[in-house]
Amino acid sequence: MKLLEDLKYAESHEWVRVEGNKAYIGITDYAQDKLGDVVYVEMPEVGTIVEAGDQFVVLESVKAASDVYAPISGTVVEVNDELEDNPALINESAFDAWIVAIDMSLPTEVDSLLSAEEYERIYE
Amino acid sequence: MARYIGNTNDDRDKMLKEIGYKDIKSLFKAVPDSVLLKRKLNIPEALSEMELIKYIKSLSNENLNTDDYTCFLGGGAYDHYIPSAIDQLILRQEFYTAYTPYQPEISQGTLQAIFEYQTMISELTGLPVANASMYDGASALAEACVMSCEATRRNEILIANSVHPESRQVLNTYAKFRNITVKEIKYNNGQADLDDLSAKISNNTAAVIVQSPNFFGIIEDVEAIAEIAHKNKSLLTVSADPVSLSILKSPGEMGADIAVGEGQSLGNVLNFGGPYLGFMAVTEKLMRKMPGRIVGQTSDKEGRRGFVLTLQTREQHIRREKATSNICSNQALNALQATMYLTFMGKEGLKEAAKLCFNKSHYAYNELIKTNKFKSLFTAPFFKEFAVISEKPVNELNEKLLEDKIIGGYNLEKDYPELKDGYLIAVTEKRTKEEIDELVRKAGE
Repeated sequence: MKLLEDLKYAESHEWVRVEGNKAYIGITDYAQDKLGDVVYVEMPEVGTIVEAGDQFVVLESVKAASDVYAPISGTVVEVNDELEDNPALINESAFDAWIVAIDMSLPTEVDSLLSAEEYERIYE
Repeated sequence: MARYIGNTNDDRDKMLKEIGYKDIKSLFKAVPDSVLLKRKLNIPEALSEMELIKYIKSLSNENLNTDDYTCFLGGGAYDHYIPSAIDQLILRQEFYTAYTPYQPEISQGTLQAIFEYQTMISELTGLPVANASMYDGASALAEACVMSCEATRRNEILIANSVHPESRQVLNTYAKFRNITVKEIKYNNGQADLDDLSAKISNNTAAVIVQSPNFFGIIEDVEAIAEIAHKNKSLLTVSADPVSLSILKSPGEMGADIAVGEGQSLGNVLNFGGPYLGFMAVTEKLMRKMPGRIVGQTSDKEGRRGFVLTLQTREQHIRREKATSNICSNQALNALQATMYLTFMGKEGLKEAAKLCFNKSHYAYNELIKTNKFKSLFTAPFFKEFAVISEKPVNELNEKLLEDKIIGGYNLEKDYPELKDGYLIAVTEKRTKEEIDELVRKAGE
C-alpha cells in the first residue's frame, strides 16, 4: 500500500498535508482500498467549524456510507468540487484527491498526528 | 371448532423426551408457582365452524360498508372506483408479501412491479426519484420533514394547519424525539396564509410543508409558497392527492423538492382505515437522503434487463444508528394495487376520473348551497372535497342521513374548533347524479 513520507496521518485513516496554516485532508490509500468504489462524497459547507474527532464528511461507496473524521480542529475553507462529478478520484489516487481544506485553529495538533511509519504499523 | 395444531400428543411427548423433560409442566418449571393461573380462562367455549362464521358475520354486519351505503365521507380516505380486475389479480400468491425482496435472483416479478410503481409515482409527482413506498401518507410526510432537517442541517419545520390533522399529529410524534421544532402556519380563506408564512420563516426553517388539495379540499398556491421557501433556502414538501395530479400541475412543476401523499385513492379499498401506502418522490439532489427502499434497473451478466434494490448504503442494516430512517421495508402489496390501478386506468382514465370528481363535487356544492341549509365557508378553488357550514348541528345531520343509508361528511369542528358546524363533503367519480340529488334532498330538509 502506498504511503507518502511528508504527510501526517490519523488513526481513523485520514491524511493531512499542511500548507502554512491550511491543512488539506483526504483518506489514505489503505482506506480507499477497504471502502471499494467511492460513488458519492458528502461535503461539509465552507465555513463549518469542526473540532478534531468530529465526523465531517460522508463517503459513500458501493458497499456502505462511511464517516470521515476531522483529524484537526478549525474552519472548513475549501472543498474539492472535482470530487462531486468524479468521486472515483479517491480510488485512483487517494493522496492527490484531497477532500477538504481546514484553516487550523490549533496548529500544534498536527504534532500529535502519526508519521507514515507510525501509521503503517497500525494497519499492518 | 377443532383447532388446527400441527403436532399430535405423541409428537409433543417425543419432543419433550428429546430435550429431557417428562411433561409440559416440568418444561415451564422456571415460571414461579405464584404467577400461574390455576383456573380456566374466563372466555366462552369453542364454537363450531358453522357457529363461528354466523357469529363473525353478525359482527361484520354491524359495520357500515360502501356497497350498501352511499359515501360522502372523505378526510383522507376516499371511496373511488376500483377496477374489478384488481380484486382478482391481487389474490395471486406470488405477490403475497408485505416486504421488499432482498434477493433479486428469486424476486424479479415483485422488483419489476415496484420499479414500475416508482416510475408512475415519479411521472405523477413530476420529480425524478421515487421510492418503493412508505407506510402511509402521514408517515411519508413526517419522513420528508426528517429528511429536510438532515439535508439542510436546520431543525425547524413550518407546516400549514390546512394539512391533514392526523398527519400533523404523526409529524409531532416524530419531531418530539429528534429535536425538531414544528410551527404551524394558519389558514386564510381555506389556504395557507402567505403573510403568516413569510413572517414565521427563518434561517432555521428546514422545510415548509403544505398539502394540496389540502384538508379542506382546497388547492394551495404552491408556486407562491415555493418562492418564499426557496428564497429562504428552505425545502418545500407538498403532500398531494395522486388522483388530482392527473389534471393539476405536479408538485415538481411547481417547485416542490419533495412530494408525498396518501396512496389509498389509487385502487386500494377503504379497509376501515388501513393498511394503506404512502408515496414519496424527490429531486435528484435529495436522492441519497431519501428514506426507504429503491428498486433500480440494471442488467445481468448476460446483458438482460433486471431489477435490484439500490442505494441501500444509508439504510439501517448497513449504517445502523446513522441510517436516514428506520423504515427498512415498503407496503409492497398496497403499492402493487396502486400500480395495477394506474395501469388499468391509464393516463386518460385517471384524467377522466379526476374530471368527474371535480365536476360532481362542484355540482354537489352548488346544489347544497341552493338549499339555504348550508353556507359557503371558503371561496378558494377545490378539487373533490369542499367545506360548508351546516345550519343543523353536524352530528345530528349525519345521524339523520345514516337512516337513509347515506354516510355524511366530516365534522370539521373536531379538528378546527373555530369552524362550528363546519362540514367537509367528498364527492368521488363513483357518486351518481341521483345519489347527489338524494343527499341534497335529505340534507336540505
